[in-house]
Amino acid sequence: MAFLQISSVHKRFGSYAALENVNLSVQQGEVIALIGHSGCGKSTLLSMIAGLSQPTQGEILLEGRPLKGPGPERGVVFQNYSLLPWLSVYQNVKVAVASVHRERTDDEKARITEKFLQIVGLWAHRHKKPGEISGGMKQRTALARALATNPKLLLLDEPFGALDALTRANLQDELLRVWDSTLEDSFLRAIWGGERKTILLVTHDIEEAIYLCDRIAVMSNGPAASIGKVVEVPLPRPRDRRQMLESRAYVEIKEELLHLLTVVYAKKAA
Amino acid sequence: MERIVRKPASRGLAVPKPLLTGLNALTGFFVLLLAWHVLSHTVAPKVPEPSKTLGIFWQMFINPFYDNGPNDKGIGLQLWLSLERVFVGFGLGALIAVPLGILIGASEGLRAMLNPVIQMLRPVSPLAWFPVGLAAFQASEQAAIFVIAICSLWPTLINTALGVGSIPQDYRNVARVYAFSPWTYLTCVVLPHSLLYVLTGFRLGMGIAWMVIVAAEMLAGGTGVGFFVWDSYNSGQLEYVMASILFIGLVGWALDSALGWLVRRFSHG
Ligand SMILES: Nc1ncnc2c1ncn2[C@@H]1O[C@H](COP(=O)(O)OP(=O)(O)O)[C@@H](O)[C@H]1O
Ligand SMILES: [Mg+2]
Repeated sequence: MAFLQISSVHKRFGSYAALENVNLSVQQGEVIALIGHSGCGKSTLLSMIAGLSQPTQGEILLEGRPLKGPGPERGVVFQNYSLLPWLSVYQNVKVAVASVHRERTDDEKARITEKFLQIVGLWAHRHKKPGEISGGMKQRTALARALATNPKLLLLDEPFGALDALTRANLQDELLRVWDSTLEDSFLRAIWGGERKTILLVTHDIEEAIYLCDRIAVMSNGPAASIGKVVEVPLPRPRDRRQMLESRAYVEIKEELLHLLTVVYAKKAA
Repeated sequence: MERIVRKPASRGLAVPKPLLTGLNALTGFFVLLLAWHVLSHTVAPKVPEPSKTLGIFWQMFINPFYDNGPNDKGIGLQLWLSLERVFVGFGLGALIAVPLGILIGASEGLRAMLNPVIQMLRPVSPLAWFPVGLAAFQASEQAAIFVIAICSLWPTLINTALGVGSIPQDYRNVARVYAFSPWTYLTCVVLPHSLLYVLTGFRLGMGIAWMVIVAAEMLAGGTGVGFFVWDSYNSGQLEYVMASILFIGLVGWALDSALGWLVRRFSHG
């Protein structure tokens, strides 16, 4: 049984058919990317998996059970960050940690918050308000918030889009470490357990998708978009970025994705 | 080079901004006094002229807190008694308006149910509420406070509901995904988002409360600036009526400025 099963999902907004007959199954511990042209319905699909909106038709099962609204076992990094503007970076993460890890002591909650702010490199900026930091820092705050709640399934909507190349590469590696539960910090490892997270990531960066993922689901264009081809990424882990970029397999996957995006599911002329 | 030379020259001609604002304000007051003077010497000869009124104003101003028994108190004391009533009445009104506004803002059903009631009660004059207060509390002091409360709570109620009703979907999604408790949702989302709306409601409500207090005290009698105005009129001391109007206006202005400052403070952070 798949960890996450999306079966014949349709989504309409009034008379506009955004998604039609979307099918996807995701295994526990998998990292999977959702890639497609802007406006094809990636965020719409993600928000249905998060339980924030319901499919017009079809169903989504998580561990065999139909979704009943949102829940902290699914952490979300929203495309527009959705930080609370009156709370500091620290408080934004802390309030989520305190809500989700209700049974932990105050000291543990503070430690979890601190660790993840350090992981995303924001500890020095923890007292700033979202209005006082860059888009990249907001994304990192939102990422820290999602990771710190220890979800089984991480839903990331273009989480690195606003970052410079160097920070992006760093955070991709940190994300893989969290995913793989190979965190250096023993306190976090104990909390996180040995099980790999499942990650569903929306991106339009092909290199990022290949570097991070086991599979890449390519979406066709809207209206009535759905998941077209799912491309496997058979590169061994742990991956070395430089080696990957030079490997034949990488080049072939990249060619295939480019072909799918620019020819097969090319943006229709308006 | 040329620019650098020209700039100070053009600045030298301009009047500094605070000074200009002050001059403009003085001109405004001068126009007011002039119009008042002309009117008091033509169409309304019974109304005291500005120079007499200002003399009385000054006398009242330099000895504001004397107390010679129930019928002879300094203007400062009278204003203070009025302010006390305003704060109590306004505070009670806010205690009702804020929680009720939150509920109305959060529930579309409640909004549909209560909006017509609010729209109907909101325009009712304080003079009409006073007998209701008297009947309910059998005491004019409580009736006055009741009138202040019921007349000043509407802007707070409406603004709070507006604020709570306009919480962006994004913030609500965050609260849902991360399983915020109702208390966390209230303190970390609802209240911070609505704060500015509530404070703006306070500011409008305080303006109403300060207007209503004079009417309420005229009816209630005893103490306060409203009573003082009415008492001065009855004893034929119209200069005191006019001077009191200046005091009432200045205090109202100060109240509004204080709340305006509060609103501005929170709209930046
Ligand atoms: N709440 C909504 N109401 C109406 N149309 C919507 C709504 N949300 C998304 N859409 C439409 O659905 C399509 C997919 O949007 P979205 O999922 O945001 O695309 P993507 O994330 O792939 O860029 C777009 O055409 C968008 O205009
Ligand atoms: Mg999107």
